[in-house]
Amino acid sequence: MELELRGITKRFPGVVANDDVNLRVRGGEVLALVGENGAGKSTLMNVLYGLYKADEGEILIDGVPQHFTSPRDAIAAGIGMVHQHFMLVPVFTVAENVVMGVEPTSLGGIKLDLATAREQVRTISEQYGMHLDPDAVIEDMPVGLQQRVEIIKVLFRHAKIVVFDEPTAVLTPQEIDDFFVIVESLKADGKGIVFITHKLREAIKVADRIEVLRRGKTVGDADPKTVKDTELAEMMVGRPVDLVVDKAQHDPGDVVLELTDFTVRDPSGRVLVDHVDLQVRAGEIVGIAGVQGNGQTELVDALVGLRRVADGTVHLVGQDITVANPRDMHRHGVAHIPEDRQREGIVKDFDITENLALTGYYAPPLSTGLTIDWKAARTTAEHLVEQFDIRTPSVDTGVGTLSGGNQQKVIVARELSRDLQLAIACQPTRGIDVGSIEYIHERIVALRDAGVAVLVVSTELDEVMALADRVVVMYRGKVVADLPRASTNHNEVGLYMAGAKESAA
Amino acid sequence: MTAATVDGSPAAAPEQKPKLVAFFDRIDAYNNLLLPVLAIVSALIVGAFIIGLTDIDRLKEGDIGGILTTIKDAYVALPTGALGSLRGISETIVSATPLILAGLCFAVAARSGLFNIGATGQMFAGGMASVWVGFTMDGPGIVQVPLALLAGIVAGGLWGGIVGLLKARTGAHEVITTIMTNYIAGLLTLWLLKTEAFQQPGKDNPVSKTVSDKGRLPELFFWSDDPSLRAHWGFLVALAGAVFMWWLFERSKIGFELRTFGSNADAARYAGMKPATLTTLAMFIAGGLAGLGGATQIIGTQGYATESFAGSIGFDAIAVALLGRNKPVGIVFAAFLFGILEAGGRKMQLETDIPLDVVLVLRALIVLFIAAPALTRLIWRLKSEGSTSVLQFRGWGA
Repeated sequence: MELELRGITKRFPGVVANDDVNLRVRGGEVLALVGENGAGKSTLMNVLYGLYKADEGEILIDGVPQHFTSPRDAIAAGIGMVHQHFMLVPVFTVAENVVMGVEPTSLGGIKLDLATAREQVRTISEQYGMHLDPDAVIEDMPVGLQQRVEIIKVLFRHAKIVVFDEPTAVLTPQEIDDFFVIVESLKADGKGIVFITHKLREAIKVADRIEVLRRGKTVGDADPKTVKDTELAEMMVGRPVDLVVDKAQHDPGDVVLELTDFTVRDPSGRVLVDHVDLQVRAGEIVGIAGVQGNGQTELVDALVGLRRVADGTVHLVGQDITVANPRDMHRHGVAHIPEDRQREGIVKDFDITENLALTGYYAPPLSTGLTIDWKAARTTAEHLVEQFDIRTPSVDTGVGTLSGGNQQKVIVARELSRDLQLAIACQPTRGIDVGSIEYIHERIVALRDAGVAVLVVSTELDEVMALADRVVVMYRGKVVADLPRASTNHNEVGLYMAGAKESAA
Repeated sequence: MTAATVDGSPAAAPEQKPKLVAFFDRIDAYNNLLLPVLAIVSALIVGAFIIGLTDIDRLKEGDIGGILTTIKDAYVALPTGALGSLRGISETIVSATPLILAGLCFAVAARSGLFNIGATGQMFAGGMASVWVGFTMDGPGIVQVPLALLAGIVAGGLWGGIVGLLKARTGAHEVITTIMTNYIAGLLTLWLLKTEAFQQPGKDNPVSKTVSDKGRLPELFFWSDDPSLRAHWGFLVALAGAVFMWWLFERSKIGFELRTFGSNADAARYAGMKPATLTTLAMFIAGGLAGLGGATQIIGTQGYATESFAGSIGFDAIAVALLGRNKPVGIVFAAFLFGILEAGGRKMQLETDIPLDVVLVLRALIVLFIAAPALTRLIWRLKSEGSTSVLQFRGWGA
């Protein structure tokens, strides 16, 4: 089977999201579709999956034009999609999830034939080396296995072309390797694969061909055997990009942040952060690595006062701040770039000026007494927009209309543009474009060079490895490794992330 | 606008963006004004059909010309009744005054993320406090009137504040608790009006003692000695309330916190604001405004309290706030429109035999068209604001 997108153009009011895009994938081939956030990959896949109607262009399967008006049509034509956010019912078993909507029945369509379903799931699972138990319940399974359920769902519906949207975003390094093995076996079976990603190294590793999308257009394709990641990045962004963070030798000073026996529990008493000891020195970047959901979020929330510390103490330059609230932390010179930009970091209905004043509005120079000096806030905002290269027509523009990268720059500008002792940056570059990533990384390093203690929390191992002077790995709420960056590597940290004891042994 | 951020990110094309964003900003500003106006126009058109249908006799005879005349008469009587004479204007203002304050009450809570349908109860609380001040005290007006208004603010504020506190402490949803506090306030008022302390001596029905003349809000049209010109300074108080709300949300620190909390409670917490305090405070301020509305009703319009002085004002005010898009200026205009409908409606009923209920229908239609912007857009073939597609391929982070 061969899928071809020919001359796809999709316009939104004021924006051409896809501009004459051509794409072709054959059975037995892996095509990587790379591009920055906002380059039009999602729109293109929505068109392919029948969610959007293209303004121009056509979709051909084996040369026959197709007319998809819903995902149902796309599925019937042999196109399957594995979404980044899984669509599984947590309390159902693997088999139940797989057959949902296309259940095999007996007794003339009345009785759900789960035995057949289980058998079919087992067959597919074994054929592609996925080792899934059809009777396992989804909520008990690790994310890597849940993803396999999504894959089986697609295969169960006889997909010949499988589209993966950022499939590795939620996986541990080891799970990513396993995933690539599955992709290979799909390919060997003659399936066509479209692999959407912004991780260039993965594209190079797994793809037979790489197609680069920029500003809605296909700007070229690359042969993964010969292309370098820097070349790809340049195609994506449209200018040379520095993928390696430039860092001078670090020269740590006194301890700024010290967590001792730091413990966080959920309301039912379950331990989320398990007796953690951690130090961050002035002029040092400590990176916390770990797969999402291993206590990093809760550690930071409790540290900045958004959650209660159950046990242990926090000291900032010798001062006990265990029970400090977020406002106290701000007063103490602690910056916090929150993990979920849209949920906590910005108010989408507010303009840039207001968002830049969000955490400092209460004190001089922005406020004395009852009122806020919006004129001063606006002037400050204009400076920050300039200084932090926030791409916007004006400071009165709603933050909700900015791209993710520029929204993040607003947060970074707000948090890092004052006198600091400690900066806490969580997922500082999640889901933003390469250019902004580069910029934000530079800022974080500059902060460390200026003698600020920096704590970076990221589930992107590459990011932690690029920025950190010391790498701390969290697994199931515990700190399982505390390693100088210079004497460790991706592989070792990856093993710790997956549960050090078993893997390292 | 959402469509642009779904995928075609403006940042990807910096040289395009100024124009683009300015364009959307303009559409937005245009929509802000256009939609309410179109909603009113739509309501008047649908209302015309309903007026036509009420004219059963002519309808039976198939007298189209006569029906058109009736509709014309109605739509002439409405504005002339409300604005064609000083008396009409006075009545319009009398109706609009409490609607402004109760509308501000709803809007302050709404912009703080709370759905306060307790304006009625808060008006009862404020009105009862001010009537008590009004008939027990006997000082000069310059002391007594502000004191009665203040009593209204405090009582209404506390009544609303209870709801806020309940939500902040226990998470009790304000929609439920305001409904309940409305009942409590209404029945408490009825009970109070039968106590010796409040009830007018020699009356059997629940009517309070009368506020002394010095304790009444001065007449607005003080130069005229026509006693039927009922409009009073309560209108100026209401306008001051609108200015206060503008200052609160556009200039003050607390207002910024309330707005932040209303738009994104997680961000407010992250930024060091205190949700529990803000919830209580928002309901206190909202209640205070409604309480002030109750007070102006008592020491301005009526001079005494009855069991129904808050009427349906508290609920009509929700519509006023909706129509005014929760902005002070919008609320003043919307309250005026409702005042016109009410004052003009009475005249219409007198002159054309069209029942006053048609005014209620018109008001309901306006609210319907406002509350269903998609419907109004469809009728007038306006482009929609955002993407209508619910199911979308979700990008990363976008």
